[in-house]
Amino acid sequence: MTDNNHDIEQPGERVPKRVIGTPSHAATGTPLLGAEERTGPAEVPGVDLQDEATAKKGERIAAFCFLLTFLAGIAFIVSYVAFQVGDLDSAATSNLALGSSLTVALLALASGIVVWVRMVMPKYKLVQERHEMASDGETRAYVGETFLQGAAESGITKRPLLRRTLLAAAAPLGLAPLVLLKDLGPHEYADFPKKLRHTVWGEKTKEGKQRRLVVEGTGAPIRAADFNSPGGILSVVPEGYEHDLNELAKSTLILIKFRPEELKSGTNRNWAPDGIVAYSKICTHVGCPAALYEQTTHHILCPCHQSTFDAADGAKVVFGPAARPLPQLPIAVDGEGYLVATADFPVPPGPSFWERGDAEAEAREKGGQS
Amino acid sequence: MSTGTVPKPIAGTSSFLDDRLGAGNFMRRNLRKVFPDHWSFLLGEIALYSFIVLLLTGTFLTFFFKPSMEHVIYEGSYAPLQGIGMSAAYASTLEISFDVRGGLLMRQMHHWAALLFVAGMMVHMLRVFFTGAYRKPRELNWLIGVGLLTLALLEGLTGYSLPDDLLSGAGLRITEGVAISLPLVGTWITFFLFGGEYPGEDVISRFYSLHILLIPGILLGLISAHMILMWVQKHTQMPGKGRTNKNVVGAPFYPAFMAKAGAYFMFTFGVIALLGTFAQINPIWLFGPYTPADISAGSQPDFYMGFLEGALRLMPSWEVNLFGQGGGTLPLSVLIPALVPMGIIMTGLAVYPFAERWITGDNREHHVVDRPRNNPHRTAIGISAMTFYGVLWLLGANDELSWVLHVSLNWTTYVGRVLVFVAPVIAYVVTYRICLGLQRKDAAIIGHGVESGVIKRLPHGEYIEVHVPPAQDIEAHMRGKEAVPTLPGAGNGSDGVPPKALRGPIGRLRAKMSAAYGGEKIPLDDGHGDGHGHDDHAAVGAGGDDKPAVH
Repeated sequence: MTDNNHDIEQPGERVPKRVIGTPSHAATGTPLLGAEERTGPAEVPGVDLQDEATAKKGERIAAFCFLLTFLAGIAFIVSYVAFQVGDLDSAATSNLALGSSLTVALLALASGIVVWVRMVMPKYKLVQERHEMASDGETRAYVGETFLQGAAESGITKRPLLRRTLLAAAAPLGLAPLVLLKDLGPHEYADFPKKLRHTVWGEKTKEGKQRRLVVEGTGAPIRAADFNSPGGILSVVPEGYEHDLNELAKSTLILIKFRPEELKSGTNRNWAPDGIVAYSKICTHVGCPAALYEQTTHHILCPCHQSTFDAADGAKVVFGPAARPLPQLPIAVDGEGYLVATADFPVPPGPSFWERGDAEAEAREKGGQS
Repeated sequence: MSTGTVPKPIAGTSSFLDDRLGAGNFMRRNLRKVFPDHWSFLLGEIALYSFIVLLLTGTFLTFFFKPSMEHVIYEGSYAPLQGIGMSAAYASTLEISFDVRGGLLMRQMHHWAALLFVAGMMVHMLRVFFTGAYRKPRELNWLIGVGLLTLALLEGLTGYSLPDDLLSGAGLRITEGVAISLPLVGTWITFFLFGGEYPGEDVISRFYSLHILLIPGILLGLISAHMILMWVQKHTQMPGKGRTNKNVVGAPFYPAFMAKAGAYFMFTFGVIALLGTFAQINPIWLFGPYTPADISAGSQPDFYMGFLEGALRLMPSWEVNLFGQGGGTLPLSVLIPALVPMGIIMTGLAVYPFAERWITGDNREHHVVDRPRNNPHRTAIGISAMTFYGVLWLLGANDELSWVLHVSLNWTTYVGRVLVFVAPVIAYVVTYRICLGLQRKDAAIIGHGVESGVIKRLPHGEYIEVHVPPAQDIEAHMRGKEAVPTLPGAGNGSDGVPPKALRGPIGRLRAKMSAAYGGEKIPLDDGHGDGHGHDDHAAVGAGGDDKPAVH
């Protein structure tokens, strides 16, 4: 790749100054970037020097830009000191001051360099040769021979004991890092699917009572008689687990009240005291909360991928990618008039997983929800 | 303009280094290394410089961010969230936004730089694809590029999840829903990723180490390899005057290209700063802390995840239970959209250079790139793939579409389900025709010249417009065209027994594909006359050897 025309070191003799247009001379026998005197840009084909007027103008514009960068840089530092943060407005002011000074500094610097390149530096149209990437045949042959020779010298080819034990030695060592990853997860593999099936709705409280439904956010229990606005929807969580995110990811409910004649066969009426129905809020597609409800059509909509469920008909899927209805939770009214869960979901709530199997068929056999 | 002497400190340092490293030889070869010029060669640099900005801003953010899901009560300076329980990660992100000077700027610049990083990679990749710059000897660098794009998506996904606000949590939940849907291993993978049940208390610190250490480390390594290969193989160039497969024409690395690259870095940095200042992005304080029980309507991922989101939305509700009760559940409505489009696009990108080489039998080195029109099938395939991606991407925002265009949400989905299959086919046909049309235009310019604007009256009264030959550099640019190679013996007109490799069913298919893909569709020089502008300006016919009609 000795294909360029203006090497740093070129033999020649030492000359003091040079007028533009004269051929270039260079120093000889110097160290790299040696302290010898050099001449200006050479008259080389492909290097088209700028005329002095353009260069002068370019110099002024570039200098203006660099000065702007200098000032903006100072403005940035001043802004850092001058503008304190601590609330929404002051953070916005500080952001504006810091950001705009940084922007000006960077863009002015960029513009200055571009002007420098375009107006001060020569126009270039240099040509260099390319060479095939492939090495020549002789080199390849040499490398091949050397490789074989080295392999033979090392003994790896003719000493199988050495080779095989080395391979054997590497295998467990290579596996070791993977083994180390095992403790990323919990130890009870067999329990994973069981955990996904189970929610606290199936457990009694510490006092041995059935677990109450409480309003998400306030934590207030729900009196069946008070929840009587038809068309209303309420986001509900299990009592005692209001802030347990792992539990909320499975157990969150939506509560909807229907008039008895509105309910269709898909909904289990035994689990709908006073027409109040509780469905899992966790979408059966990939687990987003299905939080939108349209009163007139009784449609529950998941905002992530628009799976749509018919709340009046067992939350069966009417549109979108979800394949299964939102499971209905068996609920009842306790002695004090509050809504409680009487059992866990008949099928696992949330997104499908491999070990889920045909949970609906199992539930049917047990005589639960279809 | 005499340069005078090299200043002593520089001379001294350079000698010190050369004595120890022999740097002189490297400098001698590379200081004046020539880089070809074309605007499209700058696209990849956007990605490169965005990556540097990501490293700089990201390092700043790590000084303040706490990658922990520990439950804390927020007592920072953002009043609406004071006294609310949240994760330490979210609280520290709020702190960065409101209580650290420049924190909000760095956060917003980091996010914008991430978007620009992926977008820069995508347009760079399209440039390389459509000009055939991935051809021998650059296939390996192309593969590195595919790897970089994949990793960048993963890097974006892990970063998006870190602030632990309601929006980022929704993304995380979808990630979990997809991971758990995998057959056989899904549940295990999910429990290992989250350290137990979703969301657990581990995922943010784990994503953090992936996001700031592991993936950027690999990215840095691959980007370095990408640069070194580009340097060693030298950049491709556009066809043009004096440019051949045996040379490079352009500006020297030192000083012009170096300065331009520096300026371009500053431009990229400056634009990111501009966006970070004036274009608010991801205002996490509005979303509130993550809880799996809530979501906000209109949740959208970052743009580069949009096509996966669209695929998930388009899919019909398919799910099968294998082996009856106690068997396995296969949620196809999750698996297919999560794996198939991504698989098609990434695999397609990775194998394309090799498939093309197999079909064309072209084993030569290419350093002069194609104009997209001159390989119409490749261009059509590329546009077709872009259309497939684009439909999915648009449908990833179908709720916004239906809102803005006042059409039924369900209909956007139904239309999308059809379009995702039909639109790529239409795009293919249309692109192919456009390419041929552009080739005809080139042939007309070469054969007839360009319209000069001079109207001339002939002796018998007819008016014609005088055509003049095109400018030299434009003509050289057009004449850089080369027929797409075909396998020997694959052509339609070839008689005799096909070569051994082209017998058998696969060989015959290969020969057919080669004949269709390759060949000269519209020859530039069509046996035209002198091109003095007296002949007609009718388009050159599709047939290679028929004489142009003269009116």
